[in-house]
Amino acid sequence: MAEAAAAAPALQLEGVTCTFPSPDGRGRSYTAVQGASFTVADGEFVSIVGPTGSGKSTMLNVAAGLLKPSEGRALSFGQPVTGINPKAGYMFQAEALMPWKSALDNVAAGLEFRGVSKAEARERAMPWLSRVGLEGFGDRFPHQLSGGMRKRVALAQTLIVDPKIILMDEPFSALDVQTRQMMENELLDLWAADRKSVVFITHDLEEAIAMSDRVLVLSAGPGSRLIGEYRIDLDRPRDVAEIRMTPQFLALHQEIWAQLRDEVLKGYAQTKLR
Amino acid sequence: MRSHAKRLPSRPVILLLQLGVLIAFFLIWHVLTDTKILSPFFFGTPGAVLARTWADFASGVIWYHLGITLLETALAFVIGTVAGIAFGFWFARAPLVSVVFDPYIKAVNALPRVVLAPIFALWLGLGIWSKVALGVTLVFFIVFFNVYQGVKEVSPVVLANARMLGASSRDLFRHVYLPSALSWVFSSLHTAVGFAMVGAVVGEYLGSAAGLGYRIHQAEGVFDTVGVFSGMLVLTIFVVLIDAAVTVIEKRLLHWRPQDTSGGQH
Ligand SMILES: Nc1ncnc2c1ncn2[C@@H]1O[C@H](COP(=O)(O)OP(=O)(O)OP(=O)(O)O)[C@@H](O)[C@H]1O
Ligand SMILES: [Mg+2]
Repeated sequence: MAEAAAAAPALQLEGVTCTFPSPDGRGRSYTAVQGASFTVADGEFVSIVGPTGSGKSTMLNVAAGLLKPSEGRALSFGQPVTGINPKAGYMFQAEALMPWKSALDNVAAGLEFRGVSKAEARERAMPWLSRVGLEGFGDRFPHQLSGGMRKRVALAQTLIVDPKIILMDEPFSALDVQTRQMMENELLDLWAADRKSVVFITHDLEEAIAMSDRVLVLSAGPGSRLIGEYRIDLDRPRDVAEIRMTPQFLALHQEIWAQLRDEVLKGYAQTKLR
Repeated sequence: MRSHAKRLPSRPVILLLQLGVLIAFFLIWHVLTDTKILSPFFFGTPGAVLARTWADFASGVIWYHLGITLLETALAFVIGTVAGIAFGFWFARAPLVSVVFDPYIKAVNALPRVVLAPIFALWLGLGIWSKVALGVTLVFFIVFFNVYQGVKEVSPVVLANARMLGASSRDLFRHVYLPSALSWVFSSLHTAVGFAMVGAVVGEYLGSAAGLGYRIHQAEGVFDTVGVFSGMLVLTIFVVLIDAAVTVIEKRLLHWRPQDTSGGQH
């Protein structure tokens, strides 16, 4: 039993289709994702790239158990996802911090929800704040932090509860290049330390290649499908800045970009049409 | 570096100017009534009003009435707020209830509450409770609508995030819905406290045996203009003090919110 659970993939999407009713309740409904199937092994770092509006966030919501797919299903460590996926941590694309809690209390929140006393939760949140470079910012409220700082608080908030699989929706897109590379390396270190599974969504193909074991490419919507899968056999541990200079990296980038470019153009045309 | 916007003078200067306006007001009033351009019988004189107010405070009669009005205000505020929060939550979390009751809530809220005062006096007598009831009908709706809005306006992403972090429905209430709703309640604190007082004073004015509204009504009954103005003066000072206290409380409770960017919520 335990053996089987250990062998089960961290995340498995089986023929997931997501159809949204049109906003006015009449008209045609909109199918964002069509029959998406993929697997993320335990301890694997997988990136999903795709043009805007292709349903990346939608798939992550299905994996998190926040959205019930119209067809198909999601499994996490062998368990069908019904309701909130308790093994998953989710770093949202949009602002998700509680504005009435200080940075420290936001990081501590997950522990409090798990029954840890407030004092102890704060105690344990401190080192997480310094890990994301926000030592001394603990008593600031979200509106007193920069967009990048808020993202870092969100990262600490997600990681402190030690999720088995981390779903990240464009976590670093708001950061400047230097901070971003620092955070990317930090995330890789954290990941290497206890090999959680990561599903990482990004617009940035270079970021996807630099971080991942595998890159999945999504077609433009409506009815996005997975159209490409690339294994990234670059050596680890990696430094995200240095690895971009290596010939293997460039070759992979060229190969994936050739496919992605067409989809991005299609996706852009679609968005303009709608 | 010079700023483009016109610079305001420093704070003490502004305070002095504000004080100047007050003194000018009393001076003009004094001159106009002293020269009989305005009849002192209809307009009183500032000297007499201040002297009367001073005498009332010195003899202590006014404290009793102030105390009554304050008690009614406080009770109306507390009861109205608690009821508003409870019903606001209930309606926001039970869509059917809110849809069914929506027209009635709107209808009752549109009713000028003053017309209820005689009914409350009939039901609850001339003591403090008829005034409290009037205040409650005013406070309740402000708090109710704000709580309703506060619960509805919670960002779905913040909510989803809290749930992903393992929040139970009790945690969601305590850590998400309540803070959001309370922030709306606090931002309408000035209005709510003001209305609690309006309820108390208007209630007293229309029929009672104690309170500031009663004092003003009494004075009016015998054409005692000085008494009326003195009552208004005490009421004004009282309102300003309470409002200042509310501002202090508000600052303490809403320090997590950005200032002056989102505009007010009322
Ligand atoms: N709740 C919803 N109701 C209706 N349509 C929705 C809803 N959520 C998403 N969509 C639609 O589904 C499509 C995919 O949305 P999604 O947010 O998953 O895109 P995305 O790939 O994350 O895009 P981006 O890279 O810009 O974040 C979009 O066309 C969007 O308009
Ligand atoms: Mg998205």
